[in-house]
Amino acid sequence: MANPQSNVRSRGGDTMPPKSAAPASTPPSGGQLVTLVLAWLGVGLPLLWGVLQTLEKTLALFK
Amino acid sequence: MASLLSKERIIAQSNFNRWLIPPCALATHLCIGQAYAFSVFNLPLTQQLGIKESLPADWKLTELGWIFTIAIFFLGASAAVFGKWVQAEGPRKAGFVAAVCWGLGFLIGALGIALHNLWVVYFGYGVLGGCGLGIGYITPVSTLITWFPDRRGMATGMAIMGFGGGALVASPLSVLLMKQFASPTSTGVAQTWLVLGVVYLIVMCAGAFGYRLPAPGWKPQGWVPPPVRAGALMTKFDVAPGRAITTRQFWCLWVVLCFNVTAGIGVLLQASPMIQEVFKGTITAGAAAGFVGLLSLFNMGGRFFWASLSDKIGRKATYACFFVLGPAMYALVPFAGGQLGSVPLFVACFCVILTMYGGGFSTIPAYLADVFGTKYVSAVHGRLLTAWSVAGILGPVLVNYLREFQINHGIPKYQAYNITMYIMAGLLVVGFFANLAVRPVGEKDIEREPQPDGRPVTV
Repeated sequence: MANPQSNVRSRGGDTMPPKSAAPASTPPSGGQLVTLVLAWLGVGLPLLWGVLQTLEKTLALFK
Repeated sequence: MASLLSKERIIAQSNFNRWLIPPCALATHLCIGQAYAFSVFNLPLTQQLGIKESLPADWKLTELGWIFTIAIFFLGASAAVFGKWVQAEGPRKAGFVAAVCWGLGFLIGALGIALHNLWVVYFGYGVLGGCGLGIGYITPVSTLITWFPDRRGMATGMAIMGFGGGALVASPLSVLLMKQFASPTSTGVAQTWLVLGVVYLIVMCAGAFGYRLPAPGWKPQGWVPPPVRAGALMTKFDVAPGRAITTRQFWCLWVVLCFNVTAGIGVLLQASPMIQEVFKGTITAGAAAGFVGLLSLFNMGGRFFWASLSDKIGRKATYACFFVLGPAMYALVPFAGGQLGSVPLFVACFCVILTMYGGGFSTIPAYLADVFGTKYVSAVHGRLLTAWSVAGILGPVLVNYLREFQINHGIPKYQAYNITMYIMAGLLVVGFFANLAVRPVGEKDIEREPQPDGRPVTV
């Protein structure tokens, strides 16, 4: 697949939509929103746990 | 399987939500970020035979240090060698290969620990894991930049923040697992590596299979690419990786990254003994561990903050901030630690320094995309990461040897870091001029590619 950026080449620096341009984004479905929330929770919760664990350790510096 | 991983298979539909891509990138980076937490295994690995204490036949710390060094070397080498391949094959295949290398690296490493054969560990975690690190690190970069042309810095900053955050998760998780598996006959490290290997393999595969690429011509709704101004750093054209490394811009950015990382990495590795020696009697080992934790948090936060800010003020200005603020902070450290004896000021200086260390990593992909175009950004980024490998050696060597040199010449321990701080400040001043020298690429370097209708591009 060609990089989309490479298809936006033009004369004089103006944008020129390529012939194969996809339609602009359409609103995501409800199912996709659920997937979105789950995906962010999947990475966010472990990260939050790690941050809290580190903050707990950090408290020793302020005692 | 080959078609399942192919680039053509992952073209997104028009209603695809681009915010699904950062979690995939974070899944990869949170896993490979474990590398920063490797030190939690140092002590137990020196007691594999003795369990409670080290026996003469046990591994030495100096031997174990090579595991991490080999992994970081292979990170830089694989990113440089496979960068073009990652770009060509797409994020799913590259992410999958990174997952296999990283997960398998842990599993082979676990076998090496169980057999008490260090060469197997070197190969598993060091070579194979190192390749997983390098390929995994650059995999999401190009994809994120393509999905977020309007917020390149923020998008890559988010992913690379995950690399900093990975250690925050891996460190307590590893301690927890080792406690769980420890027995009178085992330290629990081999079992911990086994579990980590399987978990990382699953999580990274989930991330890899979540990647999508936008359809040709896609752009965010309502977003209009900014017009290219004469003399502006941001280009709409692409420079092939082979060509990019022959340009002055590439080597200026190489120096920028190398010196920014050198300054930060030396401090990060020596943070605990440094604060204890500078504030002897005031800072305990526990408080020093807290200091290291605090630095990790600022390292992670800085990755997101500075990269996002670079979308507003520009990459060059962001690095200019690092190279102006950085020397000031380094110069302030000896004053805060010696004359003032102020722990809060000392800690604050290093927190700011560490945000810029992280920010340097996370802003560079967007900087490269601005200067060399987006088409080959992963390949160019991979080659630039050799600067990290060099800094990984230069930073610790500078801090350790300069400290030892000064102590051998009668300087008190609490003052032994002062000269090092001034040298770090000097490196950042060199970085300032290297950043200043970055100019738009010349016309001769731009890749000419025919338009879809066969017409050659006119620059």
